[in-house]
Amino acid sequence: MTEALLDVKNLVTSFRTADGDLTAVREVSFSVEQGETLCIVGESGCGKSITSLSVMQLLPKNGKIKSGSIQFNGQELTDLTDEEMRQLRGNEIAIIFQEPMTALNPVFTIGFQIREPLKIHEGLSKKAAHQKGIELLKQVGIPSPEKRMNQYPHELSGGMRQRVMIAIALACNPKLLIADEPTTALDVTIQSQILDLIDDLKKRFNMGVVMITHDMGVVAEVADRVMVMYSGEKIEEADVETIFNHPQHPYTKGLLQSVPNVDDKEHHLEPIPGSLPSLKENISGCRFYDRCEFATEKCRTQSPPKFEASEGHVVRCWLQEESTDERKSSYS
Amino acid sequence: MSENQAILKLDQLNKHFPVRGGLLKRVQNHVYAVNDVSIEVDEGDSVGIVGESGCGKSTLGRTILRLEEPTSGEIWFKGENITDLSERKLKKFKHDMQMIFQDPFASLDPRQRIGDTIEEPFVIYTNLSARERKEKAIKLLREVGLDETHYYKYPHQFSGGQRQRIGIARAIALNPEMIVCDEAVSALDVSVQAQVIKLLKELQDEYDLTYLFISHDLGVVRHFCNKVLVMYLGNMVEWAPVDELFDNPIHPYTEALLSAIPRPVPGNKREKIQLRGDLPSPSDPPTGCPFHTRCPIATEVCRQVKPEWREVTPNHFVACHERG
Repeated sequence: MTEALLDVKNLVTSFRTADGDLTAVREVSFSVEQGETLCIVGESGCGKSITSLSVMQLLPKNGKIKSGSIQFNGQELTDLTDEEMRQLRGNEIAIIFQEPMTALNPVFTIGFQIREPLKIHEGLSKKAAHQKGIELLKQVGIPSPEKRMNQYPHELSGGMRQRVMIAIALACNPKLLIADEPTTALDVTIQSQILDLIDDLKKRFNMGVVMITHDMGVVAEVADRVMVMYSGEKIEEADVETIFNHPQHPYTKGLLQSVPNVDDKEHHLEPIPGSLPSLKENISGCRFYDRCEFATEKCRTQSPPKFEASEGHVVRCWLQEESTDERKSSYS
Repeated sequence: MSENQAILKLDQLNKHFPVRGGLLKRVQNHVYAVNDVSIEVDEGDSVGIVGESGCGKSTLGRTILRLEEPTSGEIWFKGENITDLSERKLKKFKHDMQMIFQDPFASLDPRQRIGDTIEEPFVIYTNLSARERKEKAIKLLREVGLDETHYYKYPHQFSGGQRQRIGIARAIALNPEMIVCDEAVSALDVSVQAQVIKLLKELQDEYDLTYLFISHDLGVVRHFCNKVLVMYLGNMVEWAPVDELFDNPIHPYTEALLSAIPRPVPGNKREKIQLRGDLPSPSDPPTGCPFHTRCPIATEVCRQVKPEWREVTPNHFVACHERG
């Protein structure tokens, strides 16, 4: 196995709020290799965005990484100072957010915003950065890039803005790209263009990609490996075929059941009853307990450990206990 | 033919918004949001209205409910022309037509108890006593999967899915015959979305509702609807029964739209039809066929002449020069 590009171990992130400390990410571990796409899926509030913000160390003021380690290229990110982290951000690790209108600065031109990382991280002159900027816009498929450099974000359409975001993110050839719901706000026709673009650039530059999404269709399209999160915990992880064809955790199964399939009109929509537990709730057992149809007494009282259903397929559910002969996963 | 009477009939419906500008705020241009839409909706139908953002699908829904005044054309509801009815006469029909909005956060008054929100239609449209209203409101809450305790709560105490249920309870309060759902499930998580779709279906069976289901999610439309209207830049593109449209799409735009949907099947490398570019501006629509700027099979005719609306096979309508 090659050295992982990003290796997150037992990450715990919590927020200080009026109601006390809320733990948003609970002991989450995952890794991403070069040229690999890891999809983090789950419903809103499951901690998928907070996980990515923790990696970038862009948590809001009241958020804090409580414990765990984040290794990027062998370097421990949690030990870095703000200044050292700033050197990495936008340079080696880049992030794309869901809403490009809020991520782009409305009072600066596209050109200014795309030159900025090039000047800071690559030390290019304004003129050289301008040239490179035009090239980058061309690379992400923006027509007449010279003109766009002098335009403001509001003059572009949603899909175009997202392309600009991607161009800025890729400006310094990052080794790792984190994309937080990059296509959720876009129409399907534009979404498919953007997904193809990210995939194409990934292959060309051998980037590692962490894609955060709630859309199982997007997952099937782009992922190599999938990590399913529920209420702050990683509950299942496997390669994409295994997740779709042999899901083990009842939540993953439920999630797949509730996605309408356009090609299959007979597909029976089966909603998962109930809703996510509040982060405030102190649950000693499995966090999915009260929505799970297979729940037993053990699930209520004891939190399930990680079981390895097959090679590289990690499931956090007591149902796995029998099938794996209590062979606890060595993966952690 | 009283059995299968059209509950809603649109005839050449147009909605153009004036764009004002300049010193004197003169009308300089128009946004052509809805152009010549003519369809018939039968009782008990669930009609999906799909298209990219900005294609006029929401404006169409709002115009049908007369929340926007149509620029020209006619709206027939239950055999009566409601296009020019006065506010007062329209009130009678508003009973029968309701709307569910996308954002359940924005459509509830944060300072009003849920009970009061649900009772409001009874206050406006009926003479029920306070006790009767409360009884009815609680019954409605139960119907949408909530319970009596929720009656006294405020909107912020609910999750997104629950708020959407409240929106539904309010919409069905007056036993309407038709409900316009404007992206009603788009803001919800998939597991909750499936719950709400199931609820809408159950209510339809129980009350013989007709839905106009405006959505950009074609997967949901395939499951929920029995007829689909595809719109592009305010124009009708294709109109067919749901299976016909998904299995035999005719218009190249419909084809592209269907092929762009990410399928939840890994390793399924389909040939995707990539559309070039973005949606043109609806205030400056292209000449000829509105789709010709992005169409892979456009010819000279498409650039100049607007295609006619034709019935290609029974009940399958399309506007395209090249196909059908």
